[in-house]
Amino acid sequence: MALQPMLEKWSGQVSTVTIGATKSEGGSRREAVKIGGELSLPFLFPEGGVPNKPVVAVEIWDTAPADWPQELKKNYTEVLSDPLAWAEKCVKELKAEVLCIRLQGAHPDFGNRSADQEAKLIHELLKRVDVPLIILGSGDDTKDNLILPVCAEAAKGERCLIGEAVQDNYKTLTASVLADGHNIIAQSPIDINIAKQLNILISDMGLALERIVINPTIGALGYGLEYAYSIMERARLAAFSGDKTVASPFICFVGQESWRAKEAKATSLEFPLWGPQAQRGIIWEVITATALIQAGADILVMRHPEAIEKVNKYIDNLMTGASA
Amino acid sequence: MFVIGELINGMYQNIGRAIKEKNKKEIQKCALQQIEAGADCLDVNCGPASRDPVSDMQWLIETIQEVTDKPLALDSSKPKVIESGLKVIKNKAVINSTTADAEKLEVLVPLAKEYNAKLIGITISAKGIPQNKDQRLELAAAIVATCEEKGFPIADLYLDPIVLPVNVAQAQMKDILESIHEFKIIYEPPPKTIVGLSNVSQGTCVRNLVNRTFLTMALAYGLDAAILDPLDKDLMDALITAELILNKNIYCDSYLEAYRKK
Repeated sequence: MALQPMLEKWSGQVSTVTIGATKSEGGSRREAVKIGGELSLPFLFPEGGVPNKPVVAVEIWDTAPADWPQELKKNYTEVLSDPLAWAEKCVKELKAEVLCIRLQGAHPDFGNRSADQEAKLIHELLKRVDVPLIILGSGDDTKDNLILPVCAEAAKGERCLIGEAVQDNYKTLTASVLADGHNIIAQSPIDINIAKQLNILISDMGLALERIVINPTIGALGYGLEYAYSIMERARLAAFSGDKTVASPFICFVGQESWRAKEAKATSLEFPLWGPQAQRGIIWEVITATALIQAGADILVMRHPEAIEKVNKYIDNLMTGASA
Repeated sequence: MFVIGELINGMYQNIGRAIKEKNKKEIQKCALQQIEAGADCLDVNCGPASRDPVSDMQWLIETIQEVTDKPLALDSSKPKVIESGLKVIKNKAVINSTTADAEKLEVLVPLAKEYNAKLIGITISAKGIPQNKDQRLELAAAIVATCEEKGFPIADLYLDPIVLPVNVAQAQMKDILESIHEFKIIYEPPPKTIVGLSNVSQGTCVRNLVNRTFLTMALAYGLDAAILDPLDKDLMDALITAELILNKNIYCDSYLEAYRKK
């Protein structure tokens, strides 16, 4: 007798978020990227599946990142202090589909760049590259409330993804995202209750739930990865059961977390038994990314070119499995 | 929980008058108010005063369908009235209801199957209202057996233990609650369970409090659906909170609002 697979039937769906606007949509991107829209848990194609593939966004900074390990920095040596050249390299050489610029240089402790400087950079960046953009603040709430609104305005009509809104600081960003036609990242500290609450608070201001991407906050392999996984899975199960307030796509800052891991940063001299350092960081970033893809990640913000290449290949394999 | 709004019933003065005067607006307003308040389905009952329930039922359904595609529960003790409703319904249908009597089951179970409708089975029979849990289970088993025999999906069957007013049958309340739990064990996949909530508070002087206390207790016993007044906000808040405590929804500070956004 033929084996009958047990298929789950769901009533809900993850919302689809479009990042980037093409010329015909009022922007200047070559292509817009759609994320989300899942109808089932990751890659269970017979149950509904994944209409839009997970996307790797390549992370760049507005200022040379001082604390990136050498193994990571060496891939970008010639462009690290020129964000426009860095962006161009990512798009041309790494074939980045989406770019994620972190405005770290605006942080009072890391350069304190002004709102005008950052807005000008965003403006130039949009001219230099034609992929959709994710714009991140510096992590300092007060400063971000000054720079992000002007950056959002500088990118008006380009339908960027801008972050990050948190429970104690979401109003300024939500208002400017709403005014300038962008999407928002809602960050919660590995806490499903806060993720849900923040989505409600943002949507109460008039921004549609369909324009929110959740940053569930993740930990790298060995640093809470499974905790992030369980939070993401719980949100998805609720979303598929019809809870629209948690049915947002996920963005995961894989590069940031992976390259903080001791296993990625420690030299071979310190830990000879751990194998060559050149490989370790890449492996850490790849494993963290692939595990999160299985948890339902929609955007993976990554750093190392080799890790990015491997993860893209992994995504392609999973997606071709769909048609095979 | 599957909430069936009870307010479109000719027994209520405003609805009775609207049916008599064929006042569509009044009916449609009542339908939309209940949906806005959280009803997943609307009960439709012409009321005892209707002179021509067969055509009144059709008029009500057509009127409501103009403003919503939510499921409708055709509420009548007369199979003929229910059938007249099924003939015009485009939305999903719930048949409210059959008893455990063979002559009703013989007609209504095939009708439910033919129209792909859900079926409410009340555990009463011509012999009267059951006096304890065992009698309820016996009647429930009879309804399930007929459905199985006629190929009606048991997962679409809603068994009603028949809720009695607390001031009349106080001694039976625990049996009623336990029946809700035990109905689910009769068959695999289990039948659903439902109560007509307002009956529990008939004749009491704090009806809303009795209603919402019974509902939260029934939910804890595994209740799947209830026919109730969704405009009773305290009742709906209690329902949402009970479901939260049963881990049916993810908590957040604004969980009441979140539920209503669904």
